[in-house]
Amino acid sequence: MDFDEDKPIWLQLVEEFSRRIASGSWAPGAKVGSVRELAAEFGVNPNTVQRALTHLDESGLTTTERTVGRFVTSDPSHVDAMRSQAATRFVDDLVAALRGLGLTYAEAATLLIDRWDHQQEES
Amino acid sequence: MSDKRAGITIAGLTKHYGPVVALDGLDLALPTGGIVGLMGDNGAGKTTLLKILAGVLADWTGTIDVLGCEIGPTTKAFTSFLPDVDYLPDRYRLHDAVALFADFFADFDAARAQALIAGFGLPAARSLKEFSLGMREKLQIALTMSRRARVYLLDEPISGVDPAARSVIMENIINNYDADALLVMSTHLIADIEPVVDHVVFLRDGRVLLQGLADDLRAASGLSIDKLFRQTYRQAGPAPVFPMMTSNDGK
Repeated sequence: MDFDEDKPIWLQLVEEFSRRIASGSWAPGAKVGSVRELAAEFGVNPNTVQRALTHLDESGLTTTERTVGRFVTSDPSHVDAMRSQAATRFVDDLVAALRGLGLTYAEAATLLIDRWDHQQEES
Repeated sequence: MSDKRAGITIAGLTKHYGPVVALDGLDLALPTGGIVGLMGDNGAGKTTLLKILAGVLADWTGTIDVLGCEIGPTTKAFTSFLPDVDYLPDRYRLHDAVALFADFFADFDAARAQALIAGFGLPAARSLKEFSLGMREKLQIALTMSRRARVYLLDEPISGVDPAARSVIMENIINNYDADALLVMSTHLIADIEPVVDHVVFLRDGRVLLQGLADDLRAASGLSIDKLFRQTYRQAGPAPVFPMMTSNDGK
C-alpha cells in the first residue's frame, strides 16, 4: 500500500483496516495480526499501527482481550455502520463531482446503473 | 507524549569547535518507545548531538539525562551507536566483525546478528575489503541493531545504499528494536524514512527549529514531513556559513 505522505499515516491505516473488515478479508471474529507484524507489512512505525488499532477498538470494529490479543468484532452492526459511513463518503464525493459537471439527477442515476452493470460484466 | 517514560532529556546543551558553535543551548525531550528522525541541513548539529549522546565527544556544557543516567559508562553500556564513518578494518571477514561485537558488548545477540546478516545476503567468505560500500553499511547496521540496547543512535544509516536496499534496511530496523527502546536516526533522506519515524526533530544552527509527532505535524500542516522540512527551512532563510563545520560535522 502506498501512503499519501501529506496526510497522517495512522488515519490511512484506519481506512485500510476498515476496508479489510468491511470486505471480510479480515473476517468477523478473526484474530488481528500483532502490531509488529502489521508494522512490518506496511513498513511503518509500530506506534503508528498502535494508534490506528486503538482507534478501531474505540469504534467497536475490533476488541482487545487482554493476554489473548485483538479480534475483529463479531457484531455485524458495527461493521454495517462503518461500511455505510464509508460508502456515504464515496457517494458524497461522487455527487459533488457529477454536480460539478452539470449532470442532472436522472442522468447521474442512469450512468450509475449503466456503469454498475458494465463493471459486473467485466469482473 | 506525556503518557510515556522520559527517554532522553537535554537542557542547554552547547558545544563549540574552536570559534564555531555546533550546538547552541539545545533543549530537547524524547520519550522512549519510538523512532525519532533527526533532520537538519549541513552543519545543523546532527552528528555532534549523536556523538555527545553516544558518549564519544567531550567538552560540552549543559545537562543530559538518558534513562535516568548522566552520560558515561552506564549510558554507553545500553546505547548502541552507528557512527557515520566506517570503522571496521578491511582485513576482517564477517565472523571477525561479529566476534568483535560479541567480545565488546554484553548485550550483543549473536543469533540476531546472524539473522540480519543472512537477511541482507552478505557474503561470509569475502573480506570486508571486497565488500561494496552498501554491503559494509548493511553489516554495520546489522551489528548495531544486534545489540539488545535501550537506546540506538544511527547517524545517516541509509545514505550509502540504493533505494531498494533502503527499504530492506528500514524494515530490519523496525523488526529489531525492542518496543520500549528509543531509536534516534539522523538523515537527509527524509522521504525514505518518512513512514518509519513517529517523532521528528528539525535542527538548525545547533537548536531545535521544529519537533513533534510526525502524524500530528502532517495533520497540522497538510504536508508530508519532507515538504514540511523544505518549507520550514526555506522560511528560516539561508544558514550562516561555517567553513569549519565541513571538517567536523560534514560528510
